[in-house]
Amino acid sequence: MAALSPAAVDPAELSAAADEVVTVDLAHSSVRELNAALHRRDAAERASTWIVTRPDGRHSIACGLDQELTVEVDGHAGYYCAGMNQRATVTVNGNVGVGVAENMMSGVVRVHGSASQSAGATAHGGLLVIDGDAAARCGISMKGVDIVVGGSVGHMSAFMGQAGRLVVCGNAGEALGDSIYEARLYVQGSVKSLGADCVEKELRAEHLSELAELLTLAGRDDDPAGFRRYGSARRLYSFSVDNAY
Amino acid sequence: MDRDLAQQGLRESATFDRTTIAAIQHAAETGIYDIRGGGAKRKVPHFDDLLFLGASMSRYPLEGYRERCDTDVVLGSRHARYPLHLSTPVTIAGMSFGALSGRAKEALGRGASEVGTSTTTGDGGMTPEERGQSKHLVYQYLPSRYGMNPDDLRRADAIEVVLGQGAKPGGGGMLLGQKISERVAGMRTLPQGIDQRSACRHPDWTGPDDLEIKIGELREITDWEKPIYVKIAASRPYYDVKLAIKAGADVVVLDGMQGGTAATQDVFIEHVGIPTLAAIPQAVQALQEEGMHRTVQLVVSGGIRNGADVAKCLALGADAVAIGTAALIALGDNAPKHDAAYRELGSAAGYYDDWQAGRDPAGITTQDPELAQRLDPVLGGRRLANFLRVMTMEAQIIARACGKAHLTHLEPEDLVALTIEAAAMARVPLAGTSWVPGQGGPT
Amino acid sequence: MCGIVGLHLREPALHPRLGELLTGMLGQICERGPDSAGVAVYGDPRMSPPGRATTSLLPRGHSAESVVGAVTALLPAADVGVFEGGQTLVVNALTEPEVLRAAVRRAVPDAVVIGYGEDVAVLKGVGHPKVLADEIGLVHVQGWQGVAHTRMATESAVTPEGSHPFSVGPGQCLVHNGSFANHATIRRELRADGVEFDSENDTEVGARFVAHQLTHGADLEKALRLLCERFDGFYTLLVSTRDSFAVVRDAIACKPAIVAETPQWVAMASEYRALAHLPGVETARIFEPEPEQVYAWQR
Repeated sequence: MAALSPAAVDPAELSAAADEVVTVDLAHSSVRELNAALHRRDAAERASTWIVTRPDGRHSIACGLDQELTVEVDGHAGYYCAGMNQRATVTVNGNVGVGVAENMMSGVVRVHGSASQSAGATAHGGLLVIDGDAAARCGISMKGVDIVVGGSVGHMSAFMGQAGRLVVCGNAGEALGDSIYEARLYVQGSVKSLGADCVEKELRAEHLSELAELLTLAGRDDDPAGFRRYGSARRLYSFSVDNAY
Repeated sequence: MDRDLAQQGLRESATFDRTTIAAIQHAAETGIYDIRGGGAKRKVPHFDDLLFLGASMSRYPLEGYRERCDTDVVLGSRHARYPLHLSTPVTIAGMSFGALSGRAKEALGRGASEVGTSTTTGDGGMTPEERGQSKHLVYQYLPSRYGMNPDDLRRADAIEVVLGQGAKPGGGGMLLGQKISERVAGMRTLPQGIDQRSACRHPDWTGPDDLEIKIGELREITDWEKPIYVKIAASRPYYDVKLAIKAGADVVVLDGMQGGTAATQDVFIEHVGIPTLAAIPQAVQALQEEGMHRTVQLVVSGGIRNGADVAKCLALGADAVAIGTAALIALGDNAPKHDAAYRELGSAAGYYDDWQAGRDPAGITTQDPELAQRLDPVLGGRRLANFLRVMTMEAQIIARACGKAHLTHLEPEDLVALTIEAAAMARVPLAGTSWVPGQGGPT
Repeated sequence: MCGIVGLHLREPALHPRLGELLTGMLGQICERGPDSAGVAVYGDPRMSPPGRATTSLLPRGHSAESVVGAVTALLPAADVGVFEGGQTLVVNALTEPEVLRAAVRRAVPDAVVIGYGEDVAVLKGVGHPKVLADEIGLVHVQGWQGVAHTRMATESAVTPEGSHPFSVGPGQCLVHNGSFANHATIRRELRADGVEFDSENDTEVGARFVAHQLTHGADLEKALRLLCERFDGFYTLLVSTRDSFAVVRDAIACKPAIVAETPQWVAMASEYRALAHLPGVETARIFEPEPEQVYAWQR
């Protein structure tokens, strides 16, 4: 159970404007103080919306959340923003560093700018939306999360993707879906190259409707019919001499 | 039988011995490398090559019972609000649910809790059985992130970021289809019955500079409550331990090449990584140079088998040890009573290492419900507790004989070596001499 | 492992602020590299007076006066001067860069030359980067370009010579985040070609490889592409010369790199927070370099 350390300044007490919204300025409060306040059991009661200003690329902002509340980050975040998110809605009005929403379980994370590597890495659930580009290894080892990228993704995206759906409205870099398991990938633009055991698959009615739903959730109006689907050929599911590399 | 062959004038080649011949034949027949469980089997310099200098004219022993020789250890005091307080320095190493049955994990938890020590999850996540039974539970954070979730992170007593394990430095986890049961598959988010492919690197950080940021995140998520361990395979421990310290580790776990695995290529197990004995002094030197010895604790694993091994690790500077293979043997792995069953599998009691196959007659390294039933978790837990107590008492016997009031008061000066290799690796003198070979060079 | 920052100022009005901006950037990457640090500065009139050659060295106990005296004895007409920057001395003189360097090496044979050229000063040392920055007065530095590196030593010792940047050609500097895996062999090959090394550091092998290619007629882009082909490992490299600034990452690109660009400047760093306080960063074009692609900016 989280508890603020006695010496910490409680940001909510400092700038409690309305009951509904709390603003935390990271030029004055630490990330530890912010996260401690957000981890308190009554965080969602104290304010349904928490605004974080002057993040200036700091790491681990709003990670480990486990309540239904909203966090808005006004600026660029560093690594692991919203890491292991559960139930919360985190919006970043800027870019994010490595591993945004890594291992997210549920909730929604929206990045209005671009994301660095390993966006949504190993996440089990929830929705991650990136309006700009995501870099290499987007959705690496994804385990059930839904990721929608408005721009392009870098190389090795969906590497070892086990479950979940990745939608890329731009292009995909080299080795898309390398060693993929059962994640489903949709790409509107070009794919530089496909990774081991990743193949293009037929876009059937159920895929179109799944894709349409994801695009709507992401607030986008791209036409699902303009996408192609990619997934596992399932030839690497047992070790055998013919799969040797 | 071998005597008869020798009398016929037959002579085995040391280079192409029978084991080697069989391996070549197997490769030619199947076209696939040999996969097995366990650690390095070949003989390497180990703790048996070290001896203690017991009390004599200049040093005085302590009486048993009345005169205290304490065994408690605190792990994770550097940063965490709640370090682990253990009654014995012998802990249970990380072994996955998946590699082991649920009942085996439960047995390990029971036995460890009975003596006041910790168990560790493995590459499959945390099971309710283990969390339920284990008083102190270390939760592994691996490249695969199978089953990783923040609720379990918060339920854990410590978090162990795994870079590698001694059996395969640089390798990822492996679990074959026959052990990917419905439950295992569900926990790992994999299709049932497939051969699991695992990453060898973490997905969202590479290198100690980024590990530092990752450790920061794990602390933030758990509000700085729990110790963060970093587990490294014994390869370049002098550098790795320094880097782990700089990245913020509270505890370093060092796993030598004799450390077991549930499944990996035999070539990886036997030919990559260094002996546990050779790794410890490098790690301790790194801690001392950073001014962190005993502040960042060192847990050593890889072939720890008895109280003498425990005492020797501590004397060389470790704070605690972890046992894996030995714990399984205590539970009943390779027990003589299963010999007939082992022979049916083409093995024999004392030789069985096909843990990857999931056909374990002892019910430990299997997911088959019928076989798994053979292990009684309560009885298994009691056997493990017995073994842990014996190891602890054996270590105390040795420590008292050296005049020590606490196991960690053992020091390198209490040791000598029987061979030149062991002397050089352990950095203690060859018995009867003051010679420590191999000094010189940067580490 | 390490942290890298680099700043290339296009706008002359910002030149007086080079040191102030670089100090701010450096402060954000100390955690990545707490052991030691180094800086290369282009165009500071105190460290590298215009129209003069410079040679930067780790004097290994020799005082500034004795070094100046010994070099003056070899180059009496060159008006030898010196800037004292913490653990480094930057000697300057009215002569050609190669001539000054040779003279310094003859005058102080047991010192380690860590950089030479025109308009360039290289300063490095062991200790916490913030302390080093204070020692050399980084915040007061001016110029058009600066590169800084904070080090967390991986496999070689923490020594001043082992710190980055490695400056092994006139005005050339290389800083590295990551580690090479097959540099021992490449070091042997370069040694066989007559190249001498100052440390056991893997980065030095990369730097001398690049310098070696440049002396054999390759341009910077080609030299870096050859490096990518030859070297195994994960690395982000920042290479600077008097007139250019280049970034490249290996094919797998696990080590971080961010570039921010405005009409007034181009900056590169291991983490965005090192760029967060640059003037105008709110409207900068921010991107991450693609693997195995050389990005270069000319003055």
